[in-house]
Amino acid sequence: MADYDIPTLKEEIDRETVEQVLALDVDKYKYGFESDIESDVLPPGLTEETVRFISAKKEEPEWMLEWRLDAFRRFQTLEEPTWAKLHYPKIDLQQISFYAAPKSFKGPKSLDEVDPELLKTYAKLGIPLKEQAILAGVEGAAESVSTPFGANVAVDAVFDSVSVVTTFREELAKVGIIFCSISEAVREHPELVKQYLGTVVPVSDNYYATLNSAVFTDGSFVYIPKGVRCPMELSTYFRINEKNTGQFERTLIIADDDSYVSYLEGCTAPSRDENQLHAAVVELVALDNAEIKYSTVQNWYPGDKDGKGGIYNFVTKRGDCRGVNSHISWTQVETGSAITWKYPSCILRGDGSRGEFYSIAISNGYQQVDSGTKMIHLGKNTSSRIISKGIAAGFSDNTYRGQVSAHAKAKNARNFTQCDSLLIGDKCGAHTVPYIESRNGTAVFEHEATTSKISDDQMFYCLQRGLNEEEAVALIVNGFVRDVLQHLPMEFMVETQKLISISLEGSVG
Amino acid sequence: MTTPVLEIRNLHARIEDREILKGVNLVIPQGEVHAIMGRNGSGKSTLSYVLAGKEDYEITEGEILLNGESILEMEPAERAAAGIFLAFQYPIEIPGVATMTFLKAAINAQRKARGEGELSTPDFMRAVKEAGAQLNVDSAMLKRPLNVGFSGGEKKRAEIMQMALLKPALAVLDETDSGLDIDALQVVSKGVNALRDGKRSMLVITHYQRLLNHIVPDVVHVFSDGRIVESGDKDLALQLEAKGYADYDGQAA
Ligand SMILES: Nc1ncnc2c1ncn2[C@@H]1O[C@H](COP(=O)(O)OP(=O)(O)O)[C@@H](O)[C@H]1O
Ligand SMILES: [Mg+2]
Repeated sequence: MADYDIPTLKEEIDRETVEQVLALDVDKYKYGFESDIESDVLPPGLTEETVRFISAKKEEPEWMLEWRLDAFRRFQTLEEPTWAKLHYPKIDLQQISFYAAPKSFKGPKSLDEVDPELLKTYAKLGIPLKEQAILAGVEGAAESVSTPFGANVAVDAVFDSVSVVTTFREELAKVGIIFCSISEAVREHPELVKQYLGTVVPVSDNYYATLNSAVFTDGSFVYIPKGVRCPMELSTYFRINEKNTGQFERTLIIADDDSYVSYLEGCTAPSRDENQLHAAVVELVALDNAEIKYSTVQNWYPGDKDGKGGIYNFVTKRGDCRGVNSHISWTQVETGSAITWKYPSCILRGDGSRGEFYSIAISNGYQQVDSGTKMIHLGKNTSSRIISKGIAAGFSDNTYRGQVSAHAKAKNARNFTQCDSLLIGDKCGAHTVPYIESRNGTAVFEHEATTSKISDDQMFYCLQRGLNEEEAVALIVNGFVRDVLQHLPMEFMVETQKLISISLEGSVG
Repeated sequence: MTTPVLEIRNLHARIEDREILKGVNLVIPQGEVHAIMGRNGSGKSTLSYVLAGKEDYEITEGEILLNGESILEMEPAERAAAGIFLAFQYPIEIPGVATMTFLKAAINAQRKARGEGELSTPDFMRAVKEAGAQLNVDSAMLKRPLNVGFSGGEKKRAEIMQMALLKPALAVLDETDSGLDIDALQVVSKGVNALRDGKRSMLVITHYQRLLNHIVPDVVHVFSDGRIVESGDKDLALQLEAKGYADYDGQAA
């Protein structure tokens, strides 16, 4: 007779998905609430004064201000790029405020001093800012939504332009890990910031990165010392609250020799009719034998069903596998934003280094996604792997854009790319744009791409078993993304499965 | 007389401009197993799809009653929750969705539709274990994505396993014997017979008599050109096997 295993945790979660799919409330971007917090907001506009103001607010040393001003000067010579398959009215930077901070904010604080309204917001978002609060439940959390992060996660929370609080710091400090806001790192660890900032994404890398370099407001900084395995997941939760503000965060993660860290990033914003700009830069540096796992669940407000409002998300994320046998892996779940322009990439510099990119990108309504990765093989015996799952529904456009290249010295470079697109309905589009470039004969690049639709037969089969149309679509899509889902940390897996069904609401029927 | 589980009255259905069902009349009382036999192309699968509510078909005339209530206005999922189960002639692949996951999704969707609570994980596991043992479905198979790369026999066993778990009032089995070798046929038939409990009704569709040696019907109907042209007891199947369908050709015109 067949033996029946106790279900593994993953299988258990599989099943929970369905349960959660069933429990969903419908037709709502549930992170769309606005918090009533008094803020200091810089008037709209971008001038040298803006840059000086931000730097002064952050009490930055002179060298940091100079770095910003250099970026600002370069930015003035640049044009907004137009090569992506994205359509949107020109963004007027003079209409955007480049700095917003909750008024009660006066530099880093202990949790007890944090504005209770802010804590309420985070409670609503389901973030356990305070270790004890995780179980006790922060006050006013009655409306609380599910917790995107598990209990044993250190969180850096960024609210508009400032980092509000970072948890678990003492515990991490005991093993020499630095986890703090980038503003604080500039002040407290200038030698590390100077050594690494802008070395992966140079100041003049691209329009948005240069803009970010001039006006970045906050973000996280992580340093994992030699030989240390970070004992918990580190994470940043980004939240845009203020109207007409841009969010320009900057994250820098350094994994020294033989170290390991897993980092999670989550994002939400209130529902608003106006578009909002988000232009982040994330730099990762992995030294000899180090490993960085970076996972994102991006759920910025996507706009309403008619395409009004939503976040413009222009993000530069890049990892440098600088050391031998280093390893960087990007996993992203992109469900939000009106526009996504994002290509988390790896520079495979160290011999034997490895880069990975696992992506789920869902677009519905009038969302536009242009996302993918670059794997740049420079060292010998470097390998990379790309698995991209694009799901387009409604009137959306979903483009995978990827580049794999091998330098003349990248002997035996290996890449495997799998790009699958799934179309729901016939008014959306999915596109795959791979660029492959090899300057040496020993490189082996494999590329596979498929485009499929949810067939009427699949739908009817599920309906016949009792699932309604939305449940059927969510189940089929969860199956479609399974290969990528498995690469997500447990904290994000459940959240993602729920997000998938929320994102696809209204895509059928 | 008690209300029959299924009553079909003068059912006409078309797809695009083509009429496929041309006046089907059929009554299945509770607990009975009826067989429908007919040539390929006579409209048997169409009848099963129309019962299950597939949207491609237009009902131009007639009525379908489940336990005395019309189901014509009901969505496929509502019909499923009301107790109609269709074992597909060609089960559909659902890539990436573990069979186990699918089973639980289906059970709980139906329970939800009926206003019942979800099955707890231990209860679900118990039910799966029981149904799986009967049909030689092991945990390795339950972890594989539903129907993806399944052999013909595995697909049909998975179908019957779903039926065992969903406990329908009316099971429609469309060519459940197709693609099965004799061993698999025995396993599947045993699984089906285990679900004959005197209350559940079944409609067994086939064009071979062979299956009916294993699942012995109470009534046999001959289907030709979109309607039932003759009904009898199980011996009718044997006569058909000997003589073929030629006698019925043209009769329906
Ligand atoms: N989608 C369709 N469009 C047009 N005709 C169809 C379609 N599906 C089936 N038919 C036709 O309907 C008739 C009955 O088919 P079917 O119900 O599958 O028969 P059976 O199951 O008895 O072999 C056949 O002539 C077939 O060609
Ligand atoms: Mg058929």
